[in-house]
Amino acid sequence: MAAQTARRCSGLVDRMMAWGSRSVAKQSILETLSASSTCQNDKSAAAPGNFTQRRSFGGETTITATLFPGDGIGPEIADSVKEIFNATQVPIKWEEFEIGKTIDPRTGSFLTWESMESVRRNGIGLKGPMTTPIGKGFKSLNLTLRKELGLYANVRPCLSIPGYKTRYDNVDLVTIRENTEGEYSGLEHQVVKGVVESLKIITRQASMRVAEYAFHYAQTHGRKRVSAIHKANIMKKTDGLFLQCCREVAEKYPDIVYEEVIIDNCCMMLVKNPSLFDVLCMPNLYGDIISDLCAGLIGGLGLTPSGNIGDNGLALMEAVHGTAPDIAGKNMANPTALLLSSVMMLQHLKIQDKADQIHKAIMKTIEEGQYLTRDLGGKSSTSEYTKAVIGNL
Amino acid sequence: MAKLRVASLPRQWSQLRSAYRVFGGSSGDLHYLDQRRSVTYMPRPGDGTPRPVTLIPGDGIGPLVTGAVVQVMKAMHAPVYFETYEVSGKMDRVPQEVMDSIKKNKVCLKGGLATPVGGGVSSLNVQLRKELDLFASLVHCFNLPGLDTRHDDVDIVVIRENTEGEYSGLEHEVIPGVVESLKVITKFCSERIAKYAFEYAYLNGRKTVTAVHKANIMKLADGLFLESCRDIAKRYPSIKYNEVIVDNCCMQLVSRPSQFDVMVTPNLYGTLVANTAAGIAGGTGVMPGGNVGAEHAIFEQGASAGNVGNEKLVIQKTANPTALLLSSAMLLRHLQFPAFADKLEKAVMGVVAEGKFRTKDLGGLSTTQEVVDAVIDKLGV
Repeated sequence: MAAQTARRCSGLVDRMMAWGSRSVAKQSILETLSASSTCQNDKSAAAPGNFTQRRSFGGETTITATLFPGDGIGPEIADSVKEIFNATQVPIKWEEFEIGKTIDPRTGSFLTWESMESVRRNGIGLKGPMTTPIGKGFKSLNLTLRKELGLYANVRPCLSIPGYKTRYDNVDLVTIRENTEGEYSGLEHQVVKGVVESLKIITRQASMRVAEYAFHYAQTHGRKRVSAIHKANIMKKTDGLFLQCCREVAEKYPDIVYEEVIIDNCCMMLVKNPSLFDVLCMPNLYGDIISDLCAGLIGGLGLTPSGNIGDNGLALMEAVHGTAPDIAGKNMANPTALLLSSVMMLQHLKIQDKADQIHKAIMKTIEEGQYLTRDLGGKSSTSEYTKAVIGNL
Repeated sequence: MAKLRVASLPRQWSQLRSAYRVFGGSSGDLHYLDQRRSVTYMPRPGDGTPRPVTLIPGDGIGPLVTGAVVQVMKAMHAPVYFETYEVSGKMDRVPQEVMDSIKKNKVCLKGGLATPVGGGVSSLNVQLRKELDLFASLVHCFNLPGLDTRHDDVDIVVIRENTEGEYSGLEHEVIPGVVESLKVITKFCSERIAKYAFEYAYLNGRKTVTAVHKANIMKLADGLFLESCRDIAKRYPSIKYNEVIVDNCCMQLVSRPSQFDVMVTPNLYGTLVANTAAGIAGGTGVMPGGNVGAEHAIFEQGASAGNVGNEKLVIQKTANPTALLLSSAMLLRHLQFPAFADKLEKAVMGVVAEGKFRTKDLGGLSTTQEVVDAVIDKLGV
């Protein structure tokens, strides 16, 4: 079986070699493939609704993951993750990719085809913040990733961090956002001068997919309730279709409570009492707004992990904050968001013990409050904070 | 000059209110509202004639809270009388006689109207706004003195475009399983809402207008909205103008709301921002608001969070009348009855500040009627 899969993939590897994939040697890929006895590009065997990777993780297997350190403070906070992973002896080998200096015609953006192939092959990746340079003729970096990798859902667990005081405590919810369509279709035109139309597209396929994922997530993460957020009282057909899909999926999960909340009301309830929510499932724009609002509840994007989910369990975890060019290279950045995202990555790979170990160490470090970065009101550097986390492992 | 001074009084009060809070004033003695105008309000002969106001009690808690307003208006002998019409969100459309009444009276006070989710019925609220061309919705979110909330520096006015955008109602199924909804933004509507927001800021002594958008994604639609706001901003050099992306806006609202003053938004973002702002300042039960166009104005609870209250509130008669009472004060000021508006506002604020009679949403146990009685009591003081 393993040999067969490896053979099936070797053609692909040959192509990659031809494109000049410099970071990985053909032999090592083939070895990894045989060792893990599966291939991500082998779509034929993938069952619909298959959210976990069909990998067999033996105790000793090293997993290869793609890493995009990103721009600005990205490399520093990525170093922090690498150090902490080393200290915890996480069985992960990084395949690092920088953002290209020129546009790769195969992706139409500064992200290289090789880097995309790497994520597709590994099925797992971690990404620091990236800025798309201003200009025309190329796609935004985030859009490229989303489209090339088919990342259809964005997941953000929002958890109050004990010891870091905000106006809200006991926040423990997860936002799951549809990431490919809706208001972000990019279809806009000027009808006549001074009149512009923008199309919001909702499809059954995309809505079912994200609803399936939301309920699957709720079930596998021991969550009790899924709330579909909508504005179907106004957008009766589009948001109506989204709700209908959520209802259909909900029927398959009788153990999970399903409710529908109008987005206005959701905003109000969130700021009055965020503990009313558990898992929120939303179309694109609402998800964008609500997930940032929730990040605000727990202290901002610097403390919020995020993950993007694609088909066949492909996952790219990321820090969603900016690149902070003003403090880049000054050893001042807060790596927490990327660290928590890397914890999500480990959870996704079912390396639960290491995930818990690192998560606890981060929480302890913030709660102790001795080594906090400036954005959290402390005076420590990135490396001091990292050391403190390692000390708490 | 004199006109400007009078117009800027409400803002001065709100500053006084904040100052009052800062100095730890206690609930009973709210002298700040006793501030005398330096010159009198000289009405034209006949300005004291009672004015007809269309009243739509509406669904859910609507009849309860509009009933509260009727009682209070009567008790204070306010120069208004109500023409009441029963309208329910279940109706296909707003009856013609109601439309006629609003068109004749120019002003209307309205309880919530339930909007069914899905199905073919369009929202009556949206119908009213579109037919009467009430293009601006205004919600004032602020901390009430004496009412503890998570944030204590909120004083935000959300001005929202009310007639187009995501609420165009243009939707269709392209092929089975694929549905399109049109968001329509026009230069005309964007400019007039921007104009209204800046005019409001100017007349109320506000300092900053913030445009809320998502132009990084919807480059043309929200881009046009922003372009219109920028154009109008140039005409008001005394008012600061800035822009914020809607997701960041919501994040900022829950972490540092004091940075916002007047906000101007396209349709959908407005309801989200208003409900978020209402939530941080004490809830939908206390925030006043209204919809206004060139000809007509409808006053209602500022942020209804898309519902008309739950059954329990209706059965127990414990809905909070504060929001609609404050909206009525806005109505009185709109009709140029400033003294009555002040009197009502003062009484309502006084009851909230004292804290003896509060409904459940504000942490009390009172019924709607108990709060109304307390307000009527305060009117005499």
